[in-house]
Amino acid sequence: MITFTVNGSQQSLDIDPSTPLLWAIRENLQLTGTKFGCGVAQCGACTVHLNGQPVRSCVTPIAAAQGALVTTIEGLESAEGDLHPVQDAWIAEQVPQCGYCQSGQIMSAVALLEQNANPDDAAINSAMSGNICRCGMYGRIRKAIKRAAGESVVGVFDPKANNPQEASNV
Amino acid sequence: MSKLGKWSRRGFIAGGVVVGGGLVIGVALRQGDRRGDVISSVTTDGDELLNIWVKINEAGEITAIVPHSEMGQGAQTALAQMLADEMDAKWSDVGFEEAPATDDYANWALGKGFILGDAAVPEVLVPTVDGAFYQVAKAMRLQITGGSASVRTTGVHGMRVAGAAAREMLIKAAAGKWQVAESELTASESVISHTASGRTATYAELASAAALFTPSPTPKLKDVADFKIMGKYVQRHDIPSKVDGSAQFGIDAQVPGMQYAAIKAAPVFGSAVASVDSSKAEQRAGVTQVVNLGNAVAVVASGYWLAEQALKDVDVKWTATSNDRVNTESLREQFRKDITDAATNGTSESDVELGNYAEAFAAAERVLEATYEVPFLAHACMEPMNATASVNGDMCEVWVGAQNPMGFRYEVAAALELDPENVTVHQHFMGGGFGRRSIADSAIQAAMIAREVGTPVKLIWSRAEDMQHDIYRPGVASKFRAAVAADGQVLAWDNVYHEKHEPAEAPVIPYAIAAQHIHYTDSPTHLPFGPWRSVDHSQHGFFTEAFFDEVAEAAGEDPYQLRRKLLADKPRHLKVLDLAAEKAGWGEPVAQGKGRGISLQESFGSLVAQVVDVTLTDGKIGVDRVVCAVDAGFAVSPDGFVAQMESGISYGLSAALYGEISVENGAVQQTAFHDYPVVRMQDSPVIETHILNSGETIGGAGEPGTPGIAPALANAIYQATGTRVRKLPVSQYDFNYRVEEQEELI
Repeated sequence: MITFTVNGSQQSLDIDPSTPLLWAIRENLQLTGTKFGCGVAQCGACTVHLNGQPVRSCVTPIAAAQGALVTTIEGLESAEGDLHPVQDAWIAEQVPQCGYCQSGQIMSAVALLEQNANPDDAAINSAMSGNICRCGMYGRIRKAIKRAAGESVVGVFDPKANNPQEASNV
Repeated sequence: MSKLGKWSRRGFIAGGVVVGGGLVIGVALRQGDRRGDVISSVTTDGDELLNIWVKINEAGEITAIVPHSEMGQGAQTALAQMLADEMDAKWSDVGFEEAPATDDYANWALGKGFILGDAAVPEVLVPTVDGAFYQVAKAMRLQITGGSASVRTTGVHGMRVAGAAAREMLIKAAAGKWQVAESELTASESVISHTASGRTATYAELASAAALFTPSPTPKLKDVADFKIMGKYVQRHDIPSKVDGSAQFGIDAQVPGMQYAAIKAAPVFGSAVASVDSSKAEQRAGVTQVVNLGNAVAVVASGYWLAEQALKDVDVKWTATSNDRVNTESLREQFRKDITDAATNGTSESDVELGNYAEAFAAAERVLEATYEVPFLAHACMEPMNATASVNGDMCEVWVGAQNPMGFRYEVAAALELDPENVTVHQHFMGGGFGRRSIADSAIQAAMIAREVGTPVKLIWSRAEDMQHDIYRPGVASKFRAAVAADGQVLAWDNVYHEKHEPAEAPVIPYAIAAQHIHYTDSPTHLPFGPWRSVDHSQHGFFTEAFFDEVAEAAGEDPYQLRRKLLADKPRHLKVLDLAAEKAGWGEPVAQGKGRGISLQESFGSLVAQVVDVTLTDGKIGVDRVVCAVDAGFAVSPDGFVAQMESGISYGLSAALYGEISVENGAVQQTAFHDYPVVRMQDSPVIETHILNSGETIGGAGEPGTPGIAPALANAIYQATGTRVRKLPVSQYDFNYRVEEQEELI
């Protein structure tokens, strides 16, 4: 029997202790926001927090979660139901396309900002290098992290400015 | 209420009662009367169906019914913008639902767009034409999200017309109610107003009266100057559910009593199961059954991980095939030989024959020749292929993310020999599509396994299975010759290649070269082909635009300036090219160890120019910046459009830098992202997109960004290193050594 806390609620699972945390979360607890991408810790889609640290849940045995605190994407909202500032920034920058990798991206970004309130580009590269986005939204992820960190967002294209010079001659 | 309706089972079985008794013939449904079936599948109590692609409920919520799937391209939002704008609806009232996979939602607009060659003339939407095209699309069972077609076909031919027709019906209803002329009424923000009397009525109040009118097939559409929602920044409707984990992808389907399956298909395409020993696997705890599908073996268990572990214990022998000795090198040799033979023997078929090219080559001062090659590519969607299925007697349900849900319905029905009427596809979000999710292979497998075990089954492919059983962008060789006169004039262009798919015009060049011969031959392989983002443009964009730079060098011209010169009669192309060059600072000095390359590509009705900046560091190429200028006629949802350019460029960049599927003993070798690397955060360039709204026919967004990145990159690398990259991916080059492989001068 593995006993651990997921998003603030205590869980006990009677399963093979070598079962990856990913499948316990998705199948036993039916929290499907955490995704399966590769199963070999190369893509980051399965990223969750284990005692506050980002881990790839596809290669983390459930036994490692014994007595631990696990946070998934479903656990980022506040008790009042408000989105986490990183989630808000993700909406503001219109980050997701297909959206499949974004739970993992957000969990990595939240962990980064908890350790480094003002990450520079190198810190972002380092913290986010394990998360693949096949839709290629890296530029928007970078902007959203900086937005969430409270930095001014410097972009080459501001959609709200509507690119008047090029877009006006319709 | 969620703005994002997903198709519910309830919609199929409990709908059908329409309050007010007004049933309206949809714009799309002209021939015959199928109203009953369709209306029952898209309405619930209290809904008023204004026409087949829009409904209004009593709360005033307006729902666009969208016959396209969402894989991140944002088309559903853009389509809703087109409908809402023509309808003069209040944007915050507008949501959408994805249409069900039934024949009545055959994507007639897509068929029409293809058949008319994208002639965007809404006036042609007369009833007979509509009906004819509808029948064509239905016969083709089109409900496809692909070809960058959602906005330019469904949007242009369907959504705008439906929205404008609905608006006219609402105005008629108000005119009747107040006994005033229609011309005295105005519509804005979901309210009809009569200024003279000060009366107003909301769309919700007028819906049931409006539903009594027959929609016009030729409503008056807005001029661009009157657009209020089209062309404006809006937030995509699907995004909130994608940041809190609630979005339901195919892999997230939960069906009561469901078991899990892992699968291993024959490593060589065409091979079959010769023998299978499942005794060891069946002894494992949680394993219920091992299923032999003939060309694949699946383990069914109480959890996916248990099934995957047990699959390793199944001992499968596979039959030998004639392709067991095929490898990457033998394929490359085959391709090069087949195109050379076809050109030599005159057995090739022609795309373009222009001028007297034989004479032009004979008269040339210089003839340069080069062969370009690209490897096979996998799609590598983030969400591995999967499907959940339940088979109960002659009924089947499938839960899946599909680019072609109606096609899936028919394919599953055919595989299980069921009546398609008895197959229900529950469409989900797709964790990437890129063409891969147009094929129903995993859905068919899931249904066959579910039938075998008698319970619902969720089948998930491992990442290795996903890499090794894709439908691949083919490996292709393309051989060029160009004739250049002593004064630098480009006299002739000759190009022979293999693997002719779609779009037919992919190898065609826009440049005014008087003599051209563009031709192709077959060179079949045992690897299955599938559409890969931008399809044939994905290889020909690289081939033609990279070789063009070689021609420019031979002609003694700057590659941008030679393009300009040969596009003198194509102002739209020139404008896009010039904008990219200007924004990127073309012509400014480029430092030692850096390079700048340009490309121009027309595809799916859109023009895209790209300028790429690279830096050479310790023999490795880093991509610093991509400047992209694009003219798609009109960008309906500008931020979503820009996101599509960024995504298309990034997808093409992964392939150009790293992508290669290799074959050994007939089998694909790659298993995950260590041997099939893709662009990550640290090697992702800044991408700068500039939109030109020319007002021409609307073009696509999802694919046109992809083809131009590889050639612009190769051209930049040449400036930085002196090496011509004629074979992708770039990662196989060691730029510590300059490759002095000059073009062959004859």
